[in-house]
Amino acid sequence: MTCIEAHGLHKSYGSSVALNSIDLNVAEGRILGLIGPNGAGKTTLLNAILGLTSFQGSLNVLGRNPWTQRDQLMNDVAFVADVAVLPRWMRVSDAIDYVAGIHPRFDRAKAETFLARTTIKRTSKVRELSKGMVAQLHLALVMSIDAKLLVLDEPTLGLDILFRKQFYDSLLNDYFDHHRTILVTTHQIDEIQYILTDLLFIDRGNLVFGCSMEDFDTRYLELIVNPGQLPAARALKPIQERQTFGRSILLYDRVPREQLAPLGDVRTPSIADVFVAFVGQPNQPAPYSPPPTPTPSSYTGAAQ
Amino acid sequence: MTPQTDALPTSFSDTARATPAARVPEARRLFWSIRRELWENRSIYLAPLIVAALIILGFFYSTLRMPTGMLITSTVNDNGVVTHTSHGIDPIMPYTIAAGLIMATTFLVAVFYCLDALYGERRDRSILFWKSLPISDLTTVLSKAAIPLVLLPLLTWAITVVTQSIMLLINVTVFHARGIDTGPLHSGLPLTQNSMMLLYHLVAIHALWYAPIWCWFLMVSAWARRTPLLWATLPPLALGVLEMITTHSGHVFEFLKYRIHGPQVSDVATSGMSMPMSISPAQFLSTPGLWTGLALAAVFLAAAVQLRRYRNPL
Repeated sequence: MTCIEAHGLHKSYGSSVALNSIDLNVAEGRILGLIGPNGAGKTTLLNAILGLTSFQGSLNVLGRNPWTQRDQLMNDVAFVADVAVLPRWMRVSDAIDYVAGIHPRFDRAKAETFLARTTIKRTSKVRELSKGMVAQLHLALVMSIDAKLLVLDEPTLGLDILFRKQFYDSLLNDYFDHHRTILVTTHQIDEIQYILTDLLFIDRGNLVFGCSMEDFDTRYLELIVNPGQLPAARALKPIQERQTFGRSILLYDRVPREQLAPLGDVRTPSIADVFVAFVGQPNQPAPYSPPPTPTPSSYTGAAQ
Repeated sequence: MTPQTDALPTSFSDTARATPAARVPEARRLFWSIRRELWENRSIYLAPLIVAALIILGFFYSTLRMPTGMLITSTVNDNGVVTHTSHGIDPIMPYTIAAGLIMATTFLVAVFYCLDALYGERRDRSILFWKSLPISDLTTVLSKAAIPLVLLPLLTWAITVVTQSIMLLINVTVFHARGIDTGPLHSGLPLTQNSMMLLYHLVAIHALWYAPIWCWFLMVSAWARRTPLLWATLPPLALGVLEMITTHSGHVFEFLKYRIHGPQVSDVATSGMSMPMSISPAQFLSTPGLWTGLALAAVFLAAAVQLRRYRNPL
């Protein structure tokens, strides 16, 4: 079943294009990482999916138009915008009471269980909690909602590494099952690499790259070229070349490992390496032009 | 989807998905939304309660300390008419002042509440949390409008009645202790009748007549990027000044004065503080200004709902 389906999804603010006719298809049960530099259109895309902004083109989330059918949609969608949005005056117990009072799919016992694992006191106000505790509270509330789609927009911004790790572990172990879909954006790409099933790069309003993590792991290889073998390595058509400590590192798409091995050290690149290759390219599409044909401008999630 | 029968549910979500999600009635969402407003804005009830407590304390102190002569010497003249203001302070006056002070407090609370209601949540970005929950913009705006339109008038009334009752109790006790006749107090203070008049005034003026003002404030608070107080007050005033300069007329000011002052009927005798109560319910309901005001209020509210939908956090 399809969770998110977009055709020609377009959004512009005045003369600046935030989303440039995006096609997107995300199947149910995926954990999709949406990666892009600041101002790439990530938040605009999430806002469109969450019915927080109007758009042109067609967009369906769980079979509904998020802008016109937002009120019904929000019964099935949960999101964490960032850690700072929980109202500071709210008491922890009030927050639980409130969500339990208004949300048809909220499981109070679950929230209590999650909170029992933390040091958060029920009587504390949000303003008295540390940033990490606020994130824990928010996650506890959100994970107790039996949503079909969970959207996380920079949920761990400003948290230390222990909290970040705990956050994603908890998400994966306590929340995710194969009926739910999770859409997450973050700048700490490599930290979420292990939880993702799919990857999507967005740059200047275009989807410049998309693949499943299975594909990612088999397709991309990085070669640290032995001195003197650079011409041979270049002949295999790397998609990116960079210099580190005086050695050339070349990134390949769909070149067999056996072919690369004689030329130097072969390793699996991180998402960040591939991200830089796609988004940091000098010949990337200009903001107002449609994406060039070789780069994938649309993305269809796996497992359909 | 069929419920699992062969094995234990693998997780909570499986069982939940097997049964259709329970619907939350809209009234319940409204109730929780109003409750949430009271959590966030405790001044809604704390401010009038504190003022009431201060009034009672002050009244208790002054009644106790005031020399008997300054109090009330009730004299019954030959015609049997009781006069009780001859030697000192009108005994009714403290009660009227108490009602006025509490009313003024809740009026100010309503002004600042409305101006912040849809602005504060955008400023601190908590709107993103509220919008992540299945509560429509309409329900949210209605719950916020209910504070000045329903809750504050009723609260003002309840607090005033309790305050005045306590004051009367203090008064009667002190008078008894000093051997002063409490008759004039009872005759001058028909508390039940007064409280009904107060309720009428609060509902007619503070809720219904001022509805367009509250809704205008709510709309501005949903729209303004900063200083909603200035955006709510300066443009109407500027418009009035502009009109005076260009056409030398004062329609805008006249209109504003009418909206603030209430439906004053000039040919009805008015007596001091009880100005707005001088108009009968029938007269009030047949005032066209009431209905145009309510129509305006509805327009402002609808605009506030739309603005909340479109406006991004600041």
